[in-house]
Amino acid sequence: MPLKEINILGKHGKQFVPDLEMVELTPLFRGRPIIGTNITEEEKNKVISLCPVNAINNSPFCIDMGKCLFCNECHFALPEKINFTNDYKIATNDRSKLIIQAGQDIPIKINPDKIRKEIKSFFKHALKLRQVSAAGDNSTEMELNAAGNVNFDMGRFGIEFVASPRHADGIVITGPISQNMAEPLQICYDAIPEPKLIILAGTDAISSGIFAGSKALNRSFLDKYNIDLYVPGNPPHPLTFINGVLNLMKNKK
Amino acid sequence: MTKIYYEITSNPSSIKLTDIPVLSYSEFQKTVDELMSVESNHCLNYFAFPLSDKYKFVCCIGDDETKKIIILSHEQPKTKDISLESITAKHFQFHVFEREIYENYGIYFSNHPWLKPIRYPFNRSNLENKISNYPFYSIDSEELHEVGVGPIHAGIIEPGYFRFICNGENVLHLEIHLGFQHRGIEQLFLEKQSVLQQTILAESIAGDTTIAHSIAYSLLAESLANKTISEELSIERTIALELERIAIHIGDTAALCTDVAYQLGQVINEALRTIIINTNQFWCGNRFGKGLIRTCGSHYPLTKEIIEIIKNNLNEVEQRYLQITDRIFTLPSVLARFETIGKVTKKQASMIGAVGIGARSSGLKRDTRWSHPFLQYDKINYEPIVLPKGDVWSRAMLRKMEVLKSVAIIKELLNKYDNEKIIDNPNYDLKFEPYFIAISMVEGWRGEICHTAITDNKGKIIHYKIKDPSLHNWMALALAVRGQEISDFPVCNKSYNLSYCGNDL
Ligand code: SF4
Repeated sequence: MPLKEINILGKHGKQFVPDLEMVELTPLFRGRPIIGTNITEEEKNKVISLCPVNAINNSPFCIDMGKCLFCNECHFALPEKINFTNDYKIATNDRSKLIIQAGQDIPIKINPDKIRKEIKSFFKHALKLRQVSAAGDNSTEMELNAAGNVNFDMGRFGIEFVASPRHADGIVITGPISQNMAEPLQICYDAIPEPKLIILAGTDAISSGIFAGSKALNRSFLDKYNIDLYVPGNPPHPLTFINGVLNLMKNKK
Repeated sequence: MTKIYYEITSNPSSIKLTDIPVLSYSEFQKTVDELMSVESNHCLNYFAFPLSDKYKFVCCIGDDETKKIIILSHEQPKTKDISLESITAKHFQFHVFEREIYENYGIYFSNHPWLKPIRYPFNRSNLENKISNYPFYSIDSEELHEVGVGPIHAGIIEPGYFRFICNGENVLHLEIHLGFQHRGIEQLFLEKQSVLQQTILAESIAGDTTIAHSIAYSLLAESLANKTISEELSIERTIALELERIAIHIGDTAALCTDVAYQLGQVINEALRTIIINTNQFWCGNRFGKGLIRTCGSHYPLTKEIIEIIKNNLNEVEQRYLQITDRIFTLPSVLARFETIGKVTKKQASMIGAVGIGARSSGLKRDTRWSHPFLQYDKINYEPIVLPKGDVWSRAMLRKMEVLKSVAIIKELLNKYDNEKIIDNPNYDLKFEPYFIAISMVEGWRGEICHTAITDNKGKIIHYKIKDPSLHNWMALALAVRGQEISDFPVCNKSYNLSYCGNDL
């Protein structure tokens, strides 16, 4: 190898993150929220009307991470009472676990009862995924690409994105699913051999995010199938995605 | 002489809608024709919208050399079969704008050479036009074959459809058919009237251009509400915009290396991009800068600590980026795939109204930071980098040079920045001027972004028009691959890295 390359590699050093479960992300990163129990009715109403995507609900007061854009506006309105921690392990297969109640401060987990049997037995050691951007804004797509880069290197766990749906064990959907992508998405899904997973990556995919209510969407695909993993975030951090998929494969509670 | 157009010289600007003279169509045509014969002029935007019993057409023409933006308009009664003589026939860069107007409202343009759908919006005038049935150009020949790719591609990227007509390995023609990403975003700007929601919509126009589009919206909204921002906030936004440029340009350098199988170039640049987007995350909690740009203020003022991180990371990245790009641009196996590949001449770039990287790599000096300076750009004596050859090499090299320039800009601005000054909190309670038109332009990393809004008599936004640089530049990609081997398509494509959702608004 020429000297120049060796020099470059020397400078480059080791880039991979050794333990993807124990990373301390920068303090301001917004992961799992914690909501205080002492919020007054007036304050509740204030943040409910402020939230751009109706992710905050009353009775009981809660934040739905499947709708939340992690914009942090509710925190700035009630800085003492709503806080987004930098806990990035927020993916789960149980939609209801994405809803965080006031006072709740426990890690988000996989619900083992909801893992389909065939998944438990088939996808323990390796997973090939086909990604479909269905009107995604390209940020989640870039983070999914990053999940395979030199830093996060999810290839080390046998998780990989593949070009052909025929080679895939599942589909990762990003974006709110436009009407114009509804058919290509279905065709791609149909081409994947059984058994197959469906993963929704990013708030837009889970709930359509800021695009909720747009007449340009067609989300009927999601009504037809079981969703195997929800990966919240706007966009989700690569670590959120990798840990979510690993926990699902390894059936970690 | 009666005034035939309105001239603005500041960016952003808002004016009374009634201040724009309304011309007859023939006067309009003639004036556009005259304006477009000036080499430094290009069309920023041309759109129509319904206004009571008429359609109002607004056209903005920007001059690359002065700070001028010329706005002119015409109106047509809302009758069934409106047909206008096309401007595209003479000035090709109007093709996308006329196509869009035709697609949205069914207003026909005679003599338009290519009056095809552009994004299949849900509210298009002719619902019989289906995205699965795009009228591709084809040549009836025994020797030629067609290659179709898409809408879903091999990698993790947005959907779009490419149809090549090839003679053996040689590409004769590429047609790019988009629309799969259409989310109805311009319509949502009207349905979601809260300033916070609109800001977040702007952040989501194209996730890789979060900062630039949200700055374009904020400047527009502030101008429409008569608010000025502090010098410090303006510096912060400029820094954020340049950081976005650095991150994506480095990421594109990585992608270009991937496509020519230079793996070391790929991994080093990916790691360098990570450092920059993690800098964003340190600053505002999000690697793409979502949440950072807010109207009239910021939740994340630069602190001493953040400034330190930015400076250190920029020094590190600059050094290592120089080292790896020195290698990339001297390696014969890379150069063989970059040089003379995917050429777009200055004449072609000018004809299609190319902007940003697509213009400057083909010898066109077109850069909003220089021609229509916003934020800090008129204070730093910014001078665009222009390369003459128009090939993949030029677009790769331009990125390298722009990264270094952006680093220098940020360093200069940080020296000016006074972090003792208090940055205001964001203000979402903005009252927009009634019956106004506002326009803002921002040079994102891809090129010229232009947002335009029209308000009704209560100050409510009744029309919102977004122009991403991709709208012009997709045609540059189609021209770049003509006469190339089809295997050169990926590297040509990466050299532009255009936005699908930025087109499919
Ligand atoms: S952070 Fe989430 S819950 Fe809070 S305002 Fe933003 S979108 Fe709503």
